[in-house]
Amino acid sequence: MSTRTVAIGSSVGLHARPAALFVKAAGDAGLPVTIAKEGGSPVPANSMIAIMALGAKHGDRVTLAAEGEGAEEVLDSLAELLERDLDAEPAS
Amino acid sequence: MTVVQGIGVSAGIAFGAVVRVGRAVRPPDNEPAADDAEPRIREAFESVASDLEARVALVEDTAASILTATAMLARDPSLIDGAIARAASGAGPATAIDGATREFMDQFAALGGYFAERATDLRDVGDRAIAAVMGAPAPGVPALEEPCILVAHDLAPAETATLDRTKVLGIITEAGGRTSHTAILAAQMAIPAVVKLPEASELADGRIVMIDGDAGAVHLDPSPATVTEHRERGARRARALEHATGPGSTLDGKQVKLLANIGGVDDAVAAGAADVEGVGLFRTEFVFLSSPTAPTVDDQAEIYRQVFEPFEGRRVVVRTLDAGADKPLAFADLGAEENPALGRRGLRLSAERPDLLDAQLEALSVAAGQTGADVWVMAPMVADAQEAAWFARRVRENGLPTVGVMIEIPAAALRAGHVMAEVDFGSLGTNDLAQYTMAADRMQGELAELLDPWQPAVLDVVASAAEGAGRNGKPMGVCGESAGDPLMALVLAGLGCSSLSMAPSRVAMVRFALSRHTFAQCVRLAHLARSARTPADARAAVLAECAPDLAAIL
Repeated sequence: MSTRTVAIGSSVGLHARPAALFVKAAGDAGLPVTIAKEGGSPVPANSMIAIMALGAKHGDRVTLAAEGEGAEEVLDSLAELLERDLDAEPAS
Repeated sequence: MTVVQGIGVSAGIAFGAVVRVGRAVRPPDNEPAADDAEPRIREAFESVASDLEARVALVEDTAASILTATAMLARDPSLIDGAIARAASGAGPATAIDGATREFMDQFAALGGYFAERATDLRDVGDRAIAAVMGAPAPGVPALEEPCILVAHDLAPAETATLDRTKVLGIITEAGGRTSHTAILAAQMAIPAVVKLPEASELADGRIVMIDGDAGAVHLDPSPATVTEHRERGARRARALEHATGPGSTLDGKQVKLLANIGGVDDAVAAGAADVEGVGLFRTEFVFLSSPTAPTVDDQAEIYRQVFEPFEGRRVVVRTLDAGADKPLAFADLGAEENPALGRRGLRLSAERPDLLDAQLEALSVAAGQTGADVWVMAPMVADAQEAAWFARRVRENGLPTVGVMIEIPAAALRAGHVMAEVDFGSLGTNDLAQYTMAADRMQGELAELLDPWQPAVLDVVASAAEGAGRNGKPMGVCGESAGDPLMALVLAGLGCSSLSMAPSRVAMVRFALSRHTFAQCVRLAHLARSARTPADARAAVLAECAPDLAAIL
């Protein structure tokens, strides 16, 4: 099991557009990824509802976890996504 | 032909056949478990998602993104797995979907704010999946073939946002209020709408109805002549009101301030953008009623700041906490009462719990200092001069310079000469004043006739209050519903009321009515109304003598 712990970079926290982008990326990862707040239980990263119910705010630390081939790369890219201020970036 | 009354939230006349919005089906009680629950639940969510996605192509940008987001919820693994897990432990398929939906809705609701609003979207997805798994028609707006009048219990945000304007002539809902989602969107889309219509549930598909969005009335099976008449009147009204803007005044220039009644931050933002001279009644109950404990000074000050902000340079009249046994507070419940309307309510509760009043006044003072609004503070349920003096001292001690009283108890109106000497202004709450003058409970629908604001006795009591204020050189306003009736507004102005506060949607008509009459004419109309024997006679007398161009658009 590989893990990454990062602080949420988006100023609005992990909901609305940032959550949608993250959920989509996690769904495209090809292997199950979980996300947990400090002291909380892990929830599936490809679930919009679970991510929103997580209620992670700007600066909150979250831990991503995944297992299997390519897990390291997947976690690197997802962690990098979480650290950016996704809400400030223009919609494509 | 029958006419039924709701609340008009979007102006205009609409005429057509009813199309009902499907109501959500509930899972059957004691629904049995099913062996094939898992594939059925998956199939149900998938059909909801693909149905929503199929509609994305047919609508505009904003609506499309709402539908896409809703479809994403229907494909969410947490929701689907949650439902399947419940079915695996013995729940029926529809019950399992309902349970999983509610579980996440509760989590969202607990997070508050943005998330609480998303709970509605989740409910929509859950309801659609329940209908799909039960083989029932999908809830919500059906595909519309012809232009129609939509009738619903209430409309979900996603439904209202995705309405086809060319097919929806008008909207009627059984639930909702002046600031509900449906109301705001219908007004933005300029679709005539009436909400809170109890009879909405009885309107079947194909029934011919006419909506009068200005009057809040719905005409059932109207004759062609009625429709033509209303269309013409609607057009005349729109033309007349087009130029009715700016501060209120009579034809000869006597000012009558036109103010808004508000009950929360959303109302304040909406009224702040409207053509009104300020707020004549800010009901503060919402700050307290939903709270399990007394709200802190800081929390209150932040809410009041948000309410005052849109009114820089304008007046905001705040009514302090008005609670009683009929709407008890979790943290200040004085127990049940035989007659809540006559019990320890309004200022009487504040006398019992001065700590609550002091915290509210301190918060108002802080918020007033942070904004440029001209903040006036008044107490509800004041009976005599001693109570007025007690309240005035407390308000001034908190650094709030302008203090007043609601005049809703006949005793205070009859003795206004003494009561008004203690304060800076008065405001007539005509609904309660009628209730107490006529000894008729406002909650008793059967007594509506006694509660008619045109009751000559009620007008006598109003006149006494206005006269007492005048003798002290103090302004007396009106913040009850009667202030929003253009004919009654003329009478109130004639009795000497110097401000009228009402729902913002009523302001334009009242402004127009005032602008067509001199103050002397208003005095004469008031005299006619008070000379009448019955409420119907009083109104008829004023209608017969008012300016013809006002009568033509009523």
